[in-house]
Amino acid sequence: MSLLIAVPREVYPGEKRVATVPDVVEKLLKQGFRVAVEAGAGEGSQIDDAAYRAAGAEVVADRAALWSRADIVFKVRAPDDEEIGLLREGAMLVSFVWPAQNPALMQRLAARKATVLAMDSVPRISRAQKLDALSSMANIGGYRAVIEAAHAFGRFFTGSITAAGKVPPAKVFVIGAGVAGLAAIGAASGLGAIVRANDTRPEVADQIRSLGGEFVPVDYVEEGSGSGGYAKVMSEGFLKAQAAVFAREAKDADIIITTALIPGKPAPRLISADMVASMKQGSVIVDMAAEQGGNCELTVPGQVVVRHGVTIIGYTDLPSRLAKQASTLYATNLLRLVDDLVKTKSIDGATIAIDMNDEVLRGTTVIDKGVVTWPPPPPKLSVAPPAAAKPAAPAPAAAKPKGHGEASGPMSPAKALVFFGAGAILFILAGRYAPPSFLAHFTVFVLACFVGYMVVWNVKPALHTPLMSVTNAVSSIIAIGALVQVAPDLAHVAPGVARPDVLIRWLSVAAIALATINMFGGFAVTRRMLGMFRK
Amino acid sequence: MTIGTSLATVAYLGATILFILCLGGLSNQETSRRGNAYGIVGMAIAVLATVFGTQVTPAGWPWIAGAMAVGAVIGLYAARIVQMTQMPELVALMHSLVGLAAVLVGYANFVDPAVAATMTPAEKGIHEIEMYVGVLIGAITFSGSLIAFGKLSGKIGGKPMLLPGRHWINLAGLVIVIVFGWRFVAVHDAGAATTAMIVMTIVALLFGIHMVMAIGGADMPVVVSMLNSYSGWAAAATGFMLSNDLLIVVGALVGSSGAILSYIMCKAMNRHFLAVIAGGFGTDSGTAAKGGTAAAPAGEVQPITATETAALLKEAKDVIIVPGYGMAVAQAQHTVYEITKALRERGTKVRFAIHPVAGRMPGHMNVLLAEAKVPYDIVFEMDEINPDFPAADVAMVIGANDIVNPAAQDDPTSPIAGMPVLEVWKAKHSIVMKRSMASGYAGVDNPLFYKDNNRMLFGDAKKMLDEVLAALKA
Repeated sequence: MSLLIAVPREVYPGEKRVATVPDVVEKLLKQGFRVAVEAGAGEGSQIDDAAYRAAGAEVVADRAALWSRADIVFKVRAPDDEEIGLLREGAMLVSFVWPAQNPALMQRLAARKATVLAMDSVPRISRAQKLDALSSMANIGGYRAVIEAAHAFGRFFTGSITAAGKVPPAKVFVIGAGVAGLAAIGAASGLGAIVRANDTRPEVADQIRSLGGEFVPVDYVEEGSGSGGYAKVMSEGFLKAQAAVFAREAKDADIIITTALIPGKPAPRLISADMVASMKQGSVIVDMAAEQGGNCELTVPGQVVVRHGVTIIGYTDLPSRLAKQASTLYATNLLRLVDDLVKTKSIDGATIAIDMNDEVLRGTTVIDKGVVTWPPPPPKLSVAPPAAAKPAAPAPAAAKPKGHGEASGPMSPAKALVFFGAGAILFILAGRYAPPSFLAHFTVFVLACFVGYMVVWNVKPALHTPLMSVTNAVSSIIAIGALVQVAPDLAHVAPGVARPDVLIRWLSVAAIALATINMFGGFAVTRRMLGMFRK
Repeated sequence: MTIGTSLATVAYLGATILFILCLGGLSNQETSRRGNAYGIVGMAIAVLATVFGTQVTPAGWPWIAGAMAVGAVIGLYAARIVQMTQMPELVALMHSLVGLAAVLVGYANFVDPAVAATMTPAEKGIHEIEMYVGVLIGAITFSGSLIAFGKLSGKIGGKPMLLPGRHWINLAGLVIVIVFGWRFVAVHDAGAATTAMIVMTIVALLFGIHMVMAIGGADMPVVVSMLNSYSGWAAAATGFMLSNDLLIVVGALVGSSGAILSYIMCKAMNRHFLAVIAGGFGTDSGTAAKGGTAAAPAGEVQPITATETAALLKEAKDVIIVPGYGMAVAQAQHTVYEITKALRERGTKVRFAIHPVAGRMPGHMNVLLAEAKVPYDIVFEMDEINPDFPAADVAMVIGANDIVNPAAQDDPTSPIAGMPVLEVWKAKHSIVMKRSMASGYAGVDNPLFYKDNNRMLFGDAKKMLDEVLAALKA
């Protein structure tokens, strides 16, 4: 009998997401699982039971029966007490858990002898990106934050000049350029706003620019990258400098979106009540860190409040507000996790196992058959270690070639001495022993080499092939050598010498024919090629 | 009707100047067509001045006319039918003709007793050395170019063929050539001289074959430009032999031009000229790569379909296309341009990035793109475009491998470490079109394929690009 994946309806108030979608159900079936979905589970995400049924899932109305039969339970939110009670002993649970914040939950799950994979504990290494549900949710949250802001904001985002007057573009300031922040920057600049953004990690400046934002630096030297690609707590001096920048930006911005989080710590207070008061009437703040206490002093988690004429949005369920999209991405993340878990797959039933030597599975597994395995050993590699990787980079950079056409650097004196010394000796030898007629030709030869060097050095790389074919055509000048031997004026040059005329003539005629192929072929093909180059 | 010696000399001088202008004109696209015309005029003047000069009697005219008519017909026909993807083969084949012509001229001169009749002993010695060297270079150019032609056209496998003790074989060849050269000059006996000449020619032919056989396909741009250089030196040596300044000058021009190209190609691969000539890339160094286990790229390759590629391209604002030899093999340049046109009509910025050694001869990619009518002002060199990759949304690599290998920068143990490469991995997304996961000519695995922002589009470049184009237009 193949393993049953159960997907119950989320019970948390206002939670609209669901842990699987019909497309993913089909793929899970192909892997060799059975899938059962609680009736109405997809309602909040606009997916009806019929769609699940069509995809091949069983739709179960009886909640308790669904839980008790499940080998693996897919959920979005961490289970509440009632759900833990329903969980079969020894079953596997996959959901967000937040083990650091919920020690009691962890104990109860361990007591059920459950195996728990926490989607919030997926290590942030490159290979795990495909199952990084936090990133997919943050991405949606960032987008939704902009949409919420646009909804609450009384003006266009794009500046335009209309018959009815000029509309200035909205100015958006984003704090924290993680996944959510970058998504917000992209969405806001896509709507036409002027976007500025700040982050304690200077290396994200390029990413901000790449999405159409402008990086606002804090002029205070301190490296803000923590382990695992997250930010860390900064020093007091830095915070002061940062507050000054934020105060300045707040006065100017129409919309502020804050996304600053430090793992395992309450969200940093970055926007003070004074800063809010200094903002223009009608401005909007979206505090994406509301659940962890908020980046803004005046945020009320889960609510929209108006303070000093500024709308402060403290929704804690931004991804859920884009439920269908969030469900789809989350379901795909879970599918990828299952891919890693499956040991053997077949239509009759897949088998799964957790390979604790696999860094990704090790990090994600927070309880293994009732044994708490959280926290995992620290990840071996940080995700965004450009700073760490830098020592390796300069060496090849130094080897960067000079663009050709630039003058090469002067030779070292010793090298020059050897070079010119050898040249001088050669020239002296030639001058001592070679006959004058040879030296005349030799002079011409050496000068021609230099002319060739000077002329060809500036040829563009794009024209290297035509250059080769034209020099090839030109080298058919060797035909001259054959021409002068075909029928020389012997009586004039060397009278009375017996000469194998026929042999020489045929050798020469063959050479002329060969060289002429080159002559005509080379020039014609060069002409053909050059004719193709056009602006 | 003949012209006098002075007039012939002046004509030669004019031809020389025209040839220099010709090469100079090739330095950029605007003047290149005129440059080619200068070359044609120069060649015509040189040939006419010789034919109607004092050195050729009217008795030779019919022979010359016949030989030239045959050559012209074959040459023009070849130039008409050759496809742009076959340019490297054609050029290599033409080099071999120059080499063979040099050998024939040398032999004709050798069997002609009239030449040395009026020379002093010192002049005669020098003349014999010139003749010997001329035939030597000509023979190496001939056989080497033929092998290069075979390799480029796929008639001979592209992998380097390495005989055991190949450096010793080459050294032995050199010693034989020098010993017989000394005998050739020192011994005044017609029979011994003929033997020396023939032995040397055979050794030179074998040397040319051996040299090019040992060089891998990826090093072909160096080989082709080197043979180009040799064909020039062969002409110059012939000029010395015949005391003809025009031949010397033109030979030197061509020789130094080819030498510069070889140098640029070596630079582009961060390799020493001698290392290329000694051959065997991808075998010696391959074992070195295995030593550095840290170099083995981890992770998995993420494939992409043509439709997804098209979707990615549609969303991109800035696209950089990196063509390689695979594009030439698949004859995909026209489809590439169709895609470029479709994208440009959508307002996407499309540019091409050309690595100096992409393809099998210098500038190969430029010619193919030009054939497909890609405007040359959107085609950029490596140094021009490398800083722009971080701003690009999509970098599309078509049938290239080693020239986009980040290991060249990141991994000092890699056999291609230090070779300048196109930094496609810095683009937001990169798509690599390849037939399979096989490594490039250097035999080095490519960490680019395993990067998170990279997707692999497997299949024949032409077929895949056709599908991408269809999806783009849909």
